[in-house]
Amino acid sequence: MAALAATRPAGSRRTAFLRGRWSNAVLGAVGVIAIIAIWELTSRLGIVNPSYLPPFSTVMVEVLDLLGGQRSGEFWTALGMTMYGWSVGLVISLVLGIVLGVLIGSSRWLREYTNSTIEFLRPIPSVGLIPIAIVVFGVRPTATIAVVVWACFWVILIHVIAGVADVDPVADATARSYGLKFFRRARHVVWPTVLPYLMTGLRLCGTIALVVAITIEIVVQAPGIGAMIATYQSAANVTVVYALALLTGVLGLAINLLMRLLENSVLAWHSSVRAEVEK
Amino acid sequence: MSTDVTGATPKGDVLLSVQGVQKVYTTSAGPVEAVRDLTFDLGKGEFACLVGPSGSGKTTLLKVISGLMPATSGRVMLDGKVIDGPPRDMALVFQEYGRSLYPWMRVAENVDLPLRAAGVPKAERHARVEEALEQVGLSHVPRSYPWQLSGGMQQRVAIARAIAYRPEILLMDEPFAAVDAQTRADLEDLLRKIWKDLGVTVLFVTHDIDESVYLGERVIILSSSPTIILEDVHINLPVERDQLETRSMPEFVEQRHHVYEQIQKAKRGYNADTASMPAVAASGD
Amino acid sequence: MRALKVTSAALALPVVIVIVWWLGTMNETNPFVPKPGQMVTDLFTVWVGPLMAEQVVPSLYRLAVGLGAAIVVGVALGLIIGSSRLARSLTGPAFEFVRAVPPPVLLPVLLLILGIDDSSKIFLIFLGCLWPILLNTIDGVRSVDSVLADTTRTYGMHGWARFRWFVFPAALPRIMTGIRLALPISIILMVVSEMYAALDGLGYRIMLFKQTFQMGPMWAGILIIGLIGILMAGLFRLVERRVLAWYYGQREMEKQ
Repeated sequence: MAALAATRPAGSRRTAFLRGRWSNAVLGAVGVIAIIAIWELTSRLGIVNPSYLPPFSTVMVEVLDLLGGQRSGEFWTALGMTMYGWSVGLVISLVLGIVLGVLIGSSRWLREYTNSTIEFLRPIPSVGLIPIAIVVFGVRPTATIAVVVWACFWVILIHVIAGVADVDPVADATARSYGLKFFRRARHVVWPTVLPYLMTGLRLCGTIALVVAITIEIVVQAPGIGAMIATYQSAANVTVVYALALLTGVLGLAINLLMRLLENSVLAWHSSVRAEVEK
Repeated sequence: MSTDVTGATPKGDVLLSVQGVQKVYTTSAGPVEAVRDLTFDLGKGEFACLVGPSGSGKTTLLKVISGLMPATSGRVMLDGKVIDGPPRDMALVFQEYGRSLYPWMRVAENVDLPLRAAGVPKAERHARVEEALEQVGLSHVPRSYPWQLSGGMQQRVAIARAIAYRPEILLMDEPFAAVDAQTRADLEDLLRKIWKDLGVTVLFVTHDIDESVYLGERVIILSSSPTIILEDVHINLPVERDQLETRSMPEFVEQRHHVYEQIQKAKRGYNADTASMPAVAASGD
Repeated sequence: MRALKVTSAALALPVVIVIVWWLGTMNETNPFVPKPGQMVTDLFTVWVGPLMAEQVVPSLYRLAVGLGAAIVVGVALGLIIGSSRLARSLTGPAFEFVRAVPPPVLLPVLLLILGIDDSSKIFLIFLGCLWPILLNTIDGVRSVDSVLADTTRTYGMHGWARFRWFVFPAALPRIMTGIRLALPISIILMVVSEMYAALDGLGYRIMLFKQTFQMGPMWAGILIIGLIGILMAGLFRLVERRVLAWYYGQREMEKQ
């Protein structure tokens, strides 16, 4: 009995600590540090061949070199190229996706007749189009943009269609009965419903576009971070390859964060951020 | 005419013994005392109701008794053994029937699972599942999924699962609070019947005064949180109960009235910190 | 009548597209422009036969092994990590970062370490597919219903029984979501790894056709990639509808 009374509060303190937000951050940091330590040690102690996996500290030195040292010019130019393909591809698919999505979504008849085609074309892997893009556009940023558009367009399209289809018929009928003109109805009834869906699609596309852009760059050496990685791999400079891989990870996180911030600020007025379209 | 506030000693063997249980939650805003000091015994085969105002820490108490949650101090004993986790001889029926049945299993599989996990031989399992479903009047839907059934039927499945498990004691946490009035009356009578037929001990938590008096042989009235026992009332109604007849009996009305008053007193701000001892009102026996 | 309407709605647009495409490219002499008839002919004359066994089968083998391993490891690890608050907190930020690294970035490194043969490609597919499955499984385990968890505990189920009867089925909808997300990733990584450096495989062969300016067979190869993608999506949907029949049934009930 005494033992029970003594151990239980201790138990509940431990649970309380585990629940805290601070402890989560601390534990997360511990996890990251542990992985870095394992990386550093396996390489330093030769458990993994250091020419395959250079120590973390060596890679970090290279990261700094890429950001501000002698390779920084090359890196920032490559980053610019990648982000160029990323942003232009994203904007084109956004415009195409919204226009076609609103068009298809607002008519039940069009939805039914396009559904099979969309479902058929959507799973076609974007990378299958790499050879075509190269044949048509050559090894240039345009090829990257074309494949990015293919990958992102479908995601935006299905989210916009789902959003338009979700417009509350009662609200729409009310708006009609008040004699709201087409554009005012689109502005006040359709747009607020579609926006959350669109933002979800856009957030997903931010990541997809980055992956696709870098993939093409690696495969066909289209200018950008991916091509830089491939170049240093053929030059057998593994440290730079790892440093670039780390930096793309940071880039991916930054894009994800940016998209979330954008989504939250745009949807701040919206009570609930909708779940991703499940399809 | 007497009531024992510190916990009546039940006739026969003591099955469940709650001794000085206190529960304090640690929150970021500091400790919150949900249950102050609770002591009572439950005899084998008893049917007791715990009734208290909303927010009287009833669910917390039940979680402590069932071993799902450790008490801050005090202890709970089942059959003379201290509970430090859910014991084998206990089954719990929750209010949220929709969330206590496995939606990926059919009705019979839901009833069967605890037996299967406990390693009961297949033939016996089969017989017990069939019998339990029969007892709750659901032998016609063993192949349905729980979510295909009405709320009342889902709660019957949960009860069937509990009785097929053959526990010594059945704990029920406001099990009928989320069903409509007619279904509720049916389920109350079903539960009384199961209790009589199987001789299982029942501890039934509710905030409904009528229900507690109609169902229980004994009603333990709880205060608002931090919870203490206000009164332990023996219900002197016949064993055979009927929704219409029993509820119009003068004894029922009188005891219902008494419990109601106590709860009102608790709600008006009975405070465990300032009150010495609650007034012991005349009732029962 | 209803079935007829649905079928005609499903077929109308694809038929129109093919006809327009056909007519539009009838007198086309530019070898870079694909013709539907030529594409189907090339599919059967060039790809069906030995090329299928030599190039497509190795690709599918890598895909199956990599994806299969990712499912097994992702679900197992996810069930373990998801069950422990400590493990979740420890791995959270690290996983968040690793997931943000585009998988093809690892291709040059893996090629260096594992060589040009199957193992580097299988491992890449495995790594790329692991994260969506792992993270979704962790989320699925974390968000199991608390009442159902209490029910499972009170009936004395823990350890293996708890995983088998409660945690795994409860997390299954999220696990399936993870696998669905992994499907296109697996195809992409399969093709990419073969395009980048390989001795055989679908992606390798398509690039070879491109470099030797055999546009028809190249287009047919791309068609095969598309068909694999569509087939896998369809197959997955069949399996999902079967194993998650209870989940969709319940959701339909809730909507009514």
